[in-house]
Amino acid sequence: MKLYLKIWRQKNASTKGQMVDYTLNGVESDMSFLEMLDILNEELISKGEEPVEFDHDCREGICGTCSLMINGRPHGPDSRITVCQLHMRSFNDGDEIVIEPWRAKAFPVVKDLIVDRTAFDRIQQAGGYISVNTSGRPVDANAIPIEKDMADKSFNAATCIGCGACVAACKNASAMLFTSAKVSQFALLPQGQVEAVERVENMVRQMDLEGFGNCTNTGACEIECPKGISLENIARMNREYLFASVKG
Amino acid sequence: MGVLDSKEPQGPLANKWTKHKNEIDLVNPANKRNIDIIVVGTGLAGGSAAATLAELGYNVKTFCYQDSPRRAHSIAAQGGVNAAKNYQGDGDSVYRLFYDTVKGGDYRSRESNVYRLAEVSTNIIDQCVAQGVPFAREYGGLLDNRSFGGVLVSRTFYAKGQTGQQLLLGAYAAMNRQIQRGKIKSYTRHEMLDLVLVDGKARGIIARDLVNGEIERHSAHAVVLATGGYGNLFFLSTYCMGANVMAAWKAHKKGAFFANPCFTQIHPTCIPVSGDHQSKLTLMSESLRNDGRIWVPKRLEDAQAIREGKLKPTQLGEEERDYYLERRYPAFGNLVPRDVASRAAKERCDAGFGVNKTGEAVYLDFSAAIMRYGREKALTSGMKDVDDNTIRELGEKIVEAKYGNLFQMYEKIVDENPYKTPMMIYPAVHYTMGGLWVDYNLQTTIPGCYAAGEANFSDHGANRLGASALMQGLADGYFVLPYTIGDYLSDDIRTGPIPTDSPEFDAAEKNVTDRLQKLMSGTGIHSVDYYHKKLGKIMWNKCGMSRNAKELKEAIKEIAELRKDFWENVKIPGSPDGKNQELEKAGRVADFLELGELFAKDALERNESCGGHFREEYQTPEGEALRDDENFKFVSAWEYMGEPSDAKLHKEDLVYENIKVKTRSYK
Repeated sequence: MKLYLKIWRQKNASTKGQMVDYTLNGVESDMSFLEMLDILNEELISKGEEPVEFDHDCREGICGTCSLMINGRPHGPDSRITVCQLHMRSFNDGDEIVIEPWRAKAFPVVKDLIVDRTAFDRIQQAGGYISVNTSGRPVDANAIPIEKDMADKSFNAATCIGCGACVAACKNASAMLFTSAKVSQFALLPQGQVEAVERVENMVRQMDLEGFGNCTNTGACEIECPKGISLENIARMNREYLFASVKG
Repeated sequence: MGVLDSKEPQGPLANKWTKHKNEIDLVNPANKRNIDIIVVGTGLAGGSAAATLAELGYNVKTFCYQDSPRRAHSIAAQGGVNAAKNYQGDGDSVYRLFYDTVKGGDYRSRESNVYRLAEVSTNIIDQCVAQGVPFAREYGGLLDNRSFGGVLVSRTFYAKGQTGQQLLLGAYAAMNRQIQRGKIKSYTRHEMLDLVLVDGKARGIIARDLVNGEIERHSAHAVVLATGGYGNLFFLSTYCMGANVMAAWKAHKKGAFFANPCFTQIHPTCIPVSGDHQSKLTLMSESLRNDGRIWVPKRLEDAQAIREGKLKPTQLGEEERDYYLERRYPAFGNLVPRDVASRAAKERCDAGFGVNKTGEAVYLDFSAAIMRYGREKALTSGMKDVDDNTIRELGEKIVEAKYGNLFQMYEKIVDENPYKTPMMIYPAVHYTMGGLWVDYNLQTTIPGCYAAGEANFSDHGANRLGASALMQGLADGYFVLPYTIGDYLSDDIRTGPIPTDSPEFDAAEKNVTDRLQKLMSGTGIHSVDYYHKKLGKIMWNKCGMSRNAKELKEAIKEIAELRKDFWENVKIPGSPDGKNQELEKAGRVADFLELGELFAKDALERNESCGGHFREEYQTPEGEALRDDENFKFVSAWEYMGEPSDAKLHKEDLVYENIKVKTRSYK
């Protein structure tokens, strides 16, 4: 099929970017979206032009590196997948496709379609862990029985891949879904209780410092999340935070 | 150099590690504050090593090419992590895990290392649970287990099909705690371009900031390479796109021996190749073989009809299907080790029984499991006289709970519903058992340069059993390296900070900038991927699932020619002064073009079939791999002497004192 692509090109963080038009022929329906971009880049290189840079790595939907706004939606039109899992069978011959980087103040553009998401790392560094000595000899794993339902809920929160689609989808560029998933994973486990109060306070403080917006319960984050992270986590984080404030 | 001293402790196997820990030198906590360690790579091995070294008090700098340490490809590991906990009471023990691993590795791993791995495996689970890793649980709240290929017990701990993700997030969380404490400084979007040696010791690295293109000097008292494997030299593989051999290869060029480069794991359950545009292959977890039955049609005409789209697999009855693994290997059935399952699939497809358009796929069928689970669920729910459709629905729900994400992934890629029609699978390159040669302390042949996880060679032998890679990465990082590195660093307590303005750093940096300049100066027309794909084709066709002397000789010649062409004709647009993904790829492919030749040379040298290395000249009348223990029970460790063709072979003889070397049989 033949596609008309409009792609955001930006040399680096300090230069101004712009949309550039490309026409691409010979796209097959069983190609992934990123393989389609690979082919575009091969063409550009053969013409001596600079290829379009985009973040990607595992191409299996789990590392969370790929991050494209496709026709205004994070990770494109299909639900519950990352861009690397999006296949061209979701598009038709002659389609125009608009491709942009994640849109959020806290995610500055690095180059073309690549953004800097280290704000997410700093939120986790503020308290997204359980403080156990990694070189020690902890108690036997089965000495901490955990209700299956709680373990599963914790796992579901922990499946967040930190891609940033929730932020990009949010009209306020809020990081509540991401942060709440990280808080919830530990809040649901007995091991995580000891530092629960400090954890939620520190992580929320860091999230605000990074310049993410507020949550207005629109729910776009949950809809666009490739892993289906639930809004329940935001409610849980709010409760944890309220408890921490009262206790604090 | 020339003598490979494994530094294996003497004495009874079960006491070796304890004895070693008691005897090696320690560094006083106050002195650890004066010692710097560089860790390159932040996957399971690097992340856990960095966190633990920082916990102990060393100053750690970590480097990864990704934008966050948590994106390392360990995250994509699906199935699980082994540990000899014997929670199921099915007869597991440290010795049995050790035995299965050595046997599964076709007796080409080091006995003492593997025993230690089995020994510390139980600590890994305790550690990860304490860190909040949400492993699967039974209703009683205790940890659940499942079984994997090549073993007869259930010792695999898992978190649905995302075990690697959860374990990596655990290690990453531990890293974050140390970053917050100021004990780890994390350099992301950075790539190591050279290793710096001062007085013969590893004392730092030259790295490139991939965002602004700046070349940086970083010094340390020791350097740990935890940079994963080199399977991307095949171009198509289950590796992430950025996985490379750069750090290990640079260390090799500076004197670290490269061991068993030809030992590659081909994983049997990947989604088959669909076309020429394909950039990578996706794995379906081996755990699926617990419930999936593998088959091809019994009759050639049925296979052909399926390929032509005239017949559906669901139209073939039980008696028209060949469950070839169950037929050939009744004891292990669909759970034979990966090399055996892979070769058996290739054998059937080569014989004309393949089931996709290209004839390179077999079926992995869940219909029997779905009905079995459905019937059990109906009974336990008190439902009587239910019809097949209801049973199927109930069964599909159970299978979804176990493997839902994998089924979803398959459906997205192939556009077929695997609950209704069998999956198609085919073997693909998945893991490299070769890597930098290390001694018992995980030190390479360069003093102060260590290798951990997939980047070293020691534990998996010629073939890796399932759920053992995560185990090795975490064992090395959490429990082995942090001890053994102290033995070396105890001599460095008075050294003080290592200056980066020495002639050695000057020379290494010049070396790096010259090479970048040379890459950028290419005037040809071909992209980096053009060369990478060509290399991949040579590797897969002549050094892949089966190899022979004639084709290996051809491969060596073709790779050398391709390398020459690359350096003359590669075209890299843009500049080296900022983000430039083509330049990043070019540096990596340039290394693959050297390693590929050494790989083929190693395969040619090894006149036996063994694990993932199947030489067509050496097979039994039944087509099974024929090992030659008398002549090849050794590790081949290659010393860099200039061109890959000049590499010098050193042999570490493998001694088995505690295990009887037998013919591997899974019948």
